[in-house]
Amino acid sequence: ADIISTVEFNHTGELLATGDKGGRVVIFQREQESKNQPHRRGEYNVYSTFQSHEPEFDYLKSLEIEEKINKIRWLPQQNAAYFLLSTNDKTVKLWKVSERDKRPEGYNLKDEDGRLRDPSMITVLRVPVLRPMDLMVEATPRRVFANAHTYHINSISVNSDYETYMSADDLRINLWNFEITNQSFNIVDIKPANMEELTEVITAAEFHPHHCNTFVYSSSKGTIRLCDMRTAALCDRHAKFFEEPEDPSNRSFFSEIISSISDVKFSHSGRYIMTRDYLTVKVWDLNMENRPIETYQVHDYLRSKLCSLYENDCIFDKFECVWNGSDSVIMTGSYNNFFRMFDRNTKRDVTLEASRENSKPRAVLKPRKVCVGGKRRKDEISVDSLDFSKKILHTAWHPSENIIAVAATNNLYIFQDKVN
Amino acid sequence: MGEEEGLHQTQLLDTMFVRGLKRKCFDGEEDIEGTLAGIKAIPSYNLQRQSLLDMSLVKLQLCHMLVEPNLCRSVLIANTVRQIQEEMTQDGTWQMVNTQSTGQASLDRLVSTDILCRSSREQAEGKLVPDYSTFNKDFESDQAQDSSETMSTASSVQAPRNLQSNVWEMENPQENKGSFQKSLDQIFETLENKSPNSVEDLFSEVDNSYYDLDTMLTGMMSNSKMGHCDGLETFSSPTTTTSSSNCKSDLNELDHIVEILVES
Repeated sequence: ADIISTVEFNHTGELLATGDKGGRVVIFQREQESKNQPHRRGEYNVYSTFQSHEPEFDYLKSLEIEEKINKIRWLPQQNAAYFLLSTNDKTVKLWKVSERDKRPEGYNLKDEDGRLRDPSMITVLRVPVLRPMDLMVEATPRRVFANAHTYHINSISVNSDYETYMSADDLRINLWNFEITNQSFNIVDIKPANMEELTEVITAAEFHPHHCNTFVYSSSKGTIRLCDMRTAALCDRHAKFFEEPEDPSNRSFFSEIISSISDVKFSHSGRYIMTRDYLTVKVWDLNMENRPIETYQVHDYLRSKLCSLYENDCIFDKFECVWNGSDSVIMTGSYNNFFRMFDRNTKRDVTLEASRENSKPRAVLKPRKVCVGGKRRKDEISVDSLDFSKKILHTAWHPSENIIAVAATNNLYIFQDKVN
Repeated sequence: MGEEEGLHQTQLLDTMFVRGLKRKCFDGEEDIEGTLAGIKAIPSYNLQRQSLLDMSLVKLQLCHMLVEPNLCRSVLIANTVRQIQEEMTQDGTWQMVNTQSTGQASLDRLVSTDILCRSSREQAEGKLVPDYSTFNKDFESDQAQDSSETMSTASSVQAPRNLQSNVWEMENPQENKGSFQKSLDQIFETLENKSPNSVEDLFSEVDNSYYDLDTMLTGMMSNSKMGHCDGLETFSSPTTTTSSSNCKSDLNELDHIVEILVES
C-alpha cells in the first residue's frame, strides 16, 4: 500500500475516497445498515480502485511530474453515477464512477466474445437485450484539464453552482467550466514581474459553500484573502484581508515559516474560515479581518524544537484541518500518529492516536498526552520520544455523522462514535 | 560533520535560539550600540545564527532532484536567509567585512543571494565550470578592479570565503570556518562534478523551482537582460551564456539587486 495523500468523504458520506502517492484512487462505500445486526453500524468497504494519474516526464524542463494525488473533491450527486475531481501537480481529471449490473446480449454484428461476425453469415436479425450480471463498478475519465499550471497545484474546489471549479497552484488560481477542458480563466495571479521579488506563494484556496462568487486563498505569510469574482475578471484586489498581527514576544527566525498557512476551510455554514499553520488552528469570522476569533494550540511543545524541525524539514509539513458536520468540532493531525480534536463550544480538546498497537478494533480510543516538563507520568509521552516520521496530514469528517477518516502514512483508519 | 554531531548541534541550536533571541528582543533593537552590547554578552547567538544561515543555504542548494522542488519551501527558506542577512547588516556583523575588501561592499551583500542562484545558473550554463579555477586565481591576484567578467562570477564565489573568514576571526575561527566552508564546498562540489557534455545532464540539474514556462516560450533566447545573478529568477536561455556578453548588464543588475536587498 502506498502513502495516502488525500482523504475526502462525498456529500452524503456514503463514499470515502483516498488518493495515494502512486496515483491511485481507492473509494470505500458504507454498508447499508441491516436490521439484523443493529450493533454493527455501516462499515466502509472497498468499492472501486483505479489509477487516476500516471507519472509523466516534462521533456522541456527535464523533470518528472509526480503522479501523487494531491487532492480529491467530490461533485454533488445528480444521477446514479458519482463524479469526483482528482489532481496531481499539473493535471486535474474528472472521473465518473458508475455501477453496471446489466449487460447487453445478442448483438448482430459481433458475438459474445466481441469478435466480429462475418456479415455474410448473418441470416437473422435480433434485438439485443439487457441481462443481469455481477455488479461491476467502473471508473472512467470524463474530462482531463491539463496544461494550465506552470507551478504545482495545491488545491481544487468545486463551486456551489456545480458548473465551475477552481484549481490553485503556488502563484495562480484558474477557474474552469466542467464542460471545457481547453480553456480556463486565470482569476488570481501573484507572480511578480521579476521573480527575484517573489516572497509569498499561495498555499490553499476554497470556494464559499453557498456564494458562488466568493472564494478565499491563503498564503505562505499567514494571510488569507477573500475575493469576489463579481468585482473584476482578475481578482488581484482582495475584498477582505485576514491577518493577525505578529506577537513580538514570540518572534524568531522561524516566525514566518510557522505562520505559513497549510490549509484553509470554510465552515459548513459559510460564516467562518479555519486555517492551519504549523503550530495552531485558527477560526476566523468573515466579518472580522484583524484577528481570528479562536486559536487552538495543536502542539505548542514543538515551539522550542523549531530549529531541529527546520533541519529535518518537518517544519514544512502541511497539515490539513476539518470541520465536523455542525461546525462545533474541528480536527487536525500532528506527529507520532496523533490527531487532535477541539470542541469549540466546551473548549475541551483531546489527543488521540491512530495506530494498530494502541487500539483494537471496536475499542474506545484512549486519550493521549504529551508531557513537556521533566516529570513524565505513566501513559504520557515525552516530546523527545515523538516519532516525527509518523505524521497525520490528512483527515476527513463525515458530513453529518461522527465518523472520521484518518490517514496515517499508508494506513487508513476509520473511527466512529461509540454505539451505546 | 557526522549525523550525530549535526543532531547534537541543532539540539543546541534549539535551546540557544529560544534563549538568545528573547534576550535580543528585550535588549532593544533601535539602539545599535545596545544591540552590539547585547551581542557581546551572548557571543554564541551570532554563531548559532551563522549556523542557521549555513543550513538554509545548503537547503536551497540541495533541492536538485529529478522532480521539481517545492516552491513554497524554497521561498520560505530564501526569506529566512534574507532575514538573517538583514539582521547581520543591522548588527554591523556584515559591515565589518567591507573594510577588508575595497570596492566590494555591494557585492558582499549580494553574496548569499548569489549563492542562492549560483548553483542553478552554473549548472545550467556549464561553461563557467571549467573556467572556475582560472577565475579564482585572477581574483586573488587582482582585487576588485579586474575585468567585469571575473567580477560577475568568480568574485561572488570568492567573496564568501573572504567575508566569512573575516567574520570568523571576530569570533571563533575554526568551527565556523569548518561548517561554512563545508557547505560552500558541497555547493562547489556539485558544480564541479557536472560535465557539460550532454545537454540533458545540464538541464536535469537546473533548479527549476522558479522555472517559468511562459518566459521560456516568449523568446528569452535573445534576452541579454539576464543578469549574472537571477536569484529566484527563472533559468532563461541556455544559449546566452557567455559571461562577456552579460558583463555590462551584470553591473546594472548588481545595482538593481542591491536595491532589492537593502529595501527588503
